[in-house]
Amino acid sequence: MKTSVVAAFGLLLSLTSGQALAQTVTASSQTENSAESPEVVATISNNRTIIAIPSLATSSVQTVAGLRTDSLGRQIAEVIAADLERSGLYDPVGPSGVRAITRAEVQAPRFADWQARNAENVVHGFVDASGTGGLVVGCYLYDTALGSELVRKGFEIQPGDWRRAAHKCADAIYSRLSGEAPFFDSRVAYIAETGPKGNRIKRLAIMDSDGGNHRFITNGQALAISPRFSPDYKKIVYVSYLNDRVRVFIYDVAAGSQKLVTESRNTTFAPRWSPDGTQILYSMAVGGNTDIYRISAGGGTPVRLTSTPGIDVGGSFSPDGRKIVFESDRSGSQQIYTMNIDGSNQQRISFGGGRSATPEWSPRGDLIAFTRLGGGEFRIGVMTPSGGSARMLTNSWQDEAPTWSPNGRVIQFFRTTPGREGKSSLWQVDLTGVNLRRLPTPQDGSDPSWGPVLP
Amino acid sequence: MTIRKSTAMIAAITMLAVGACAKKAPDTLPPVPEGTGTDTGAGTGTGVVPGSQEDFLASVGLSGDRIFFDFDQYNVDSADMATLQSQSQWMQRNPAVRVTLEGHADERGTRDYNIALGERRANAAKNYLASLGIDPSRINVISYGKERPAELGSTEDAYAKNRRAVTVVIGQ
Repeated sequence: MKTSVVAAFGLLLSLTSGQALAQTVTASSQTENSAESPEVVATISNNRTIIAIPSLATSSVQTVAGLRTDSLGRQIAEVIAADLERSGLYDPVGPSGVRAITRAEVQAPRFADWQARNAENVVHGFVDASGTGGLVVGCYLYDTALGSELVRKGFEIQPGDWRRAAHKCADAIYSRLSGEAPFFDSRVAYIAETGPKGNRIKRLAIMDSDGGNHRFITNGQALAISPRFSPDYKKIVYVSYLNDRVRVFIYDVAAGSQKLVTESRNTTFAPRWSPDGTQILYSMAVGGNTDIYRISAGGGTPVRLTSTPGIDVGGSFSPDGRKIVFESDRSGSQQIYTMNIDGSNQQRISFGGGRSATPEWSPRGDLIAFTRLGGGEFRIGVMTPSGGSARMLTNSWQDEAPTWSPNGRVIQFFRTTPGREGKSSLWQVDLTGVNLRRLPTPQDGSDPSWGPVLP
Repeated sequence: MTIRKSTAMIAAITMLAVGACAKKAPDTLPPVPEGTGTDTGAGTGTGVVPGSQEDFLASVGLSGDRIFFDFDQYNVDSADMATLQSQSQWMQRNPAVRVTLEGHADERGTRDYNIALGERRANAAKNYLASLGIDPSRINVISYGKERPAELGSTEDAYAKNRRAVTVVIGQ
């Protein structure tokens, strides 16, 4: 059984909890890479590709760690369908909309059936017990008209990682069909909020990019804001009001402990990781004057990067680690600037009315996302690193704090509603501005921070 | 319990009357209640501990614990100066007392910038108190940015009351 699976995939790596992952073989050659294009993901039209996604089959129904392989087959198909739907590019039809398949069909699809359903693509797969307490998940994408296999992936996983297998499968399908880099198998740190507006309880929380595997990190006794996942997901840098002070802490997710980024009597806030995780940017207010500093993530002496008398705050590294985009009110209002990582060559890049804030450099390097404040609205926008081609993606009373998907194609942010009962929630939008949707969270949410694709 | 109750009353009345003494008095506030000042009910005359937050509020008046700022501004104007002078007089009478100056911003700013702005406002108040002879080491500063609005509405009146620096007694 296991032999045949391995033979089917040729290569089958294991996906273990919290670690580097599984991988696979792609049946067909890599698709043309459109990563060079600065343009939008795709033109959104009414005739999105229909992808049929029946429940993954199982060789024999078994229960592994309390999970039945047939139930998991359905749940994995549902997660794949939800991921692809959320991308906005496809029209997936999940297990509730299509017939079940047999285990034999997985590698021998009945293409005519799926063509009759107008599905241009069909996803098949299986979930089997591995025999060593784990699961083997297989995932295939077919072109129904050509009758050809486009993707073949296999994962040997711990049962608790089944959602990751689903995300990896969805990523493979998305990448094969769109030519874009994957992004579903990634995580988000954010702030969960409850309580009255004047006394919100704000807790650090983490979850998968689709809201799954949600976990609260802090207990809410101290206000927590502005978290950022380290690139390896092992740490979270954030601001805590612990002991009625405003300070940047690094929280170690596995150890459940935290330490100060720097010892200081001053207010420290607005932390960000460098792309390689070795350095942290933070802002420090001294006597009412805020400047940006850079420090080794392991500690040491901070380097002051700005020195104007106004508020210089925030900051986000370019993906090559050579530049920083940040905000400053040195011109009289909040605007966006870039500088080298040693603080040299500071240049304003945002113009064109209103205030501009919270810049975030895309992991692709081609765009900077930001919040535009003006005309009674806070909107999420993007522009090039030199400040060109600025355009707004959202239109609401208060959208704030963009964070990029790992492939630089989708932006999460938080939206606040006005009034005494005003609440915040997490949203995402793609670069077309068309695919806008709310992310499910158990409580209200703010300050999302999207990390890289898991290995 | 008695002390708690009267503190709550003072706080409540303070909130209601904030605009009355502030430079940017909202038009919609109710009139200042009769018999305010030190006569805020049982306990004020008998239960107030010198140097306490209650004592401070009784001394500086109903909105005397806070000053207000214009949009995206942090300058201390003449009304603010009068408020801070009153605070400094109480602090001079209670030389062992330490205070925290809380800086706040309205909700119509981004989170990190508002922390910087609240810090700026609290420091502006601290610096003025220091110029009046208060030892700055007696004054802690903390910025809450937009995290702790005093008024929950999303109106210009509410924003005006939330752009504030509040002096809070933290003990001796």
